[in-house]
Amino acid sequence: MNHIISVLVENKAGVLAKISSLFSRRGFNIESLAVGPTENDEISRITIVVNAEKHGIEQVVKQLYKLINVIKIQELDPLNIVERELVLIKVSTDSKTRAEVLEIVNIFRANIVDVGKKSLLVEITGTRSKVNALEEMLRPYGILELVRTGKIACSRGSKS
Amino acid sequence: MSKITGAQMLLKCLEKEGVDVIFGYPGGVMIPIYDAIFDGNLRHILVRHEQCAAHAADGYARATGKTGVCMATSGPGGTNLVTGIANAYMDSIPMVAITGQVATGVIGTDAFQEADITGITSPITKHNYLVKSIEELPVVVKEAFYIASTGRPGPVLVDIPVDVLKSLIDKNTKVEVKLNGYKPTYKGNLRQIKQAAKKIFSSKKPVIFAGGGIISSGASSILTEFAKKANLPVITTLLGKGCFPENDELSLRIAGMHGTKYANLAFTETDLIIAVGVRFDDRVTGKLSEFAPEAEVIHIDIDPAEIGKNIKTNIPIVGDAKSVLKDLSNEYEKIISSKGNTDRSEWLGRLKGLKQKYPLKYDRDSKKLKPAYIVEKIYEVTKGDAIICTEVGQNQMWAAQFYKSSQPRTFISSGGLGTMGFGLPASIGAKVGRPDKTVIDIAGDGSIQMVSQELATAVTGKVPIKIMLLNNGYLGMVRQWQELFYNRRYSETCIKNCVDFVKLVEAYGGVGLRVKEKRDVEGAIKKALEINNLVLVDFWIEMEENVFPMVAPGAPINKMLEDNK
Ligand SMILES: Cc1ncc(C[n+]2csc(CCOP(=O)(O)OP(=O)(O)O)c2C)c(N)n1
Ligand SMILES: [Mg+2]
Repeated sequence: MNHIISVLVENKAGVLAKISSLFSRRGFNIESLAVGPTENDEISRITIVVNAEKHGIEQVVKQLYKLINVIKIQELDPLNIVERELVLIKVSTDSKTRAEVLEIVNIFRANIVDVGKKSLLVEITGTRSKVNALEEMLRPYGILELVRTGKIACSRGSKS
Repeated sequence: MSKITGAQMLLKCLEKEGVDVIFGYPGGVMIPIYDAIFDGNLRHILVRHEQCAAHAADGYARATGKTGVCMATSGPGGTNLVTGIANAYMDSIPMVAITGQVATGVIGTDAFQEADITGITSPITKHNYLVKSIEELPVVVKEAFYIASTGRPGPVLVDIPVDVLKSLIDKNTKVEVKLNGYKPTYKGNLRQIKQAAKKIFSSKKPVIFAGGGIISSGASSILTEFAKKANLPVITTLLGKGCFPENDELSLRIAGMHGTKYANLAFTETDLIIAVGVRFDDRVTGKLSEFAPEAEVIHIDIDPAEIGKNIKTNIPIVGDAKSVLKDLSNEYEKIISSKGNTDRSEWLGRLKGLKQKYPLKYDRDSKKLKPAYIVEKIYEVTKGDAIICTEVGQNQMWAAQFYKSSQPRTFISSGGLGTMGFGLPASIGAKVGRPDKTVIDIAGDGSIQMVSQELATAVTGKVPIKIMLLNNGYLGMVRQWQELFYNRRYSETCIKNCVDFVKLVEAYGGVGLRVKEKRDVEGAIKKALEINNLVLVDFWIEMEENVFPMVAPGAPINKMLEDNK
């Protein structure tokens, strides 16, 4: 099962390496990982999606807490969060298919952010399932390149 | 404003932390530090290989309870420390390792003797630092000692580039430590503790299972008090040896692969394990699914990650062993003062019976030179009052089985990592920390050859340790497994007659004695203790003697192999 773990860390050199190596050392495979500074620039947030069973996750969270630069860890409840991922998809198009692709992009409320002679660059933000659905729709036209940010998430309501 | 160099600042910070000795080895980028040492009052013990600087610092820490300090140069110096750091990490020993690094400007360019030592040691340190500017240095040193010695102790590495060591800083720089992500829990949750006290009170067949955590938190006397008050038998781990007097009636000594049969059987029959400062290592539990099938578990540990890691816990208590045991003992007192003490005579009687039925044994009447006999004689001659260090292998297990420890910090052995070559440098560190004590390394002929260059350290550093070498001409523990599980195919384990150990120690300026006969054992031990120098006694023991009882790897711990020779 996929778990979303949100980790607040001190914004110092080497912290990300320590965290990611802890996952691999304990035998966990990271599905996605997103890092960036928070409202406080001495603190960064790392959002990690990892596939594991419950006991394994509890163990890894406890081990993460032992890292000196880790300040706080939340395992986000998938039913009570807003999760987003930004994906850039470069689709191959020609004069015949361009209109169809544009229509699909509109339906998904995605954006065209670059136009090439033989391609369109599509930007979409959303949940993984929405992104995956768009990817499936565009696949028949030929996906030249696909880049994703990795998932970020925030719990709903005022509590942080 | 008076300025000093980074190297001078480092020494000043070490002194402030109460450091009185460093175990180290110099190199190019370390010269600024060694230059400062040249004028200072800080004692430096020059080892002959950096691994042994770490092991010596480790032995010093185990013997004294203080944080051990070791030091090495960049590149190969740092990588040579790695085994010693990993050893300290596995056994939760407070240590600060200082390495020199190439100048900040060339880090990342594969400069001469550059190694990414913070990267390399990240999985084997509690924390590590690369000091990027002189301003950080005093803060980092302070944090390093704080982190190493608090919570669950462990090694911290501080990597300092040579330009930082050479640059100048105001002598009286203010140091402010800010560790937002580090707040170990010392006080246990009182509700849980009350529940635990009740559970212990109503248990018919409880045991305390005490580990290295008791020793690092200084909880031996409260543990002993509580065990006696509540009539609780005590089993320890190898690292817990000495935290409860092993000659006490309530002691079941150590459990596990080569533990006592009565301890292992007690685990199998107990209805309640009160585990304190242990991590249920596989060498103790044997086959996990059959470990302590009847038992509920109270697990007290300062590291929440250990609780529930290997076995299911009914009452988890996160906290410092000493503080929690104090509270637990108080709560227990309250219960018994209103309800009266529980009668455990049936359970204690049962255990007494097991002890009589399955004592640790060897053929006492044999004319041959038995290692167990030698260890027993060492125990007798030292009246159980020495600090015993061990190497790894059969020698370690014989030492653990036949030397009864009754004080914390007197049995020093590589547990988690099982590092051959630990004992000699660790005994040097222990003796430096406790010059008042007799310090003995019970050694194996294989292990000692991994570090025999440290004989020089003992002689030139004037550290008169005693090495009791149980020389069987084999990598004995591996040979034992080959005998038992690989049809006596002794592949690459015979090392006999490869060196004359008496001559070897004499070549370094120490004293060598050789014993081949049982009747000479006691005299040689006494003589070794009288000489104020490094002494190695080369005991030519029976070559194919085995350590029994034994739990085969992967087997349940109540199924122990016995000696049937
Ligand atoms: C550094 C290291 N290498 C290999 C081993 C594997 N090993 C464990 S015990 C042992 C034999 C030890 O031989 P010796 O020191 O003579 O002790 P004995 O068992 O004979 O008492 C070996 C090779 C180890 N524990 N540590
Ligand atoms: Mg041997």
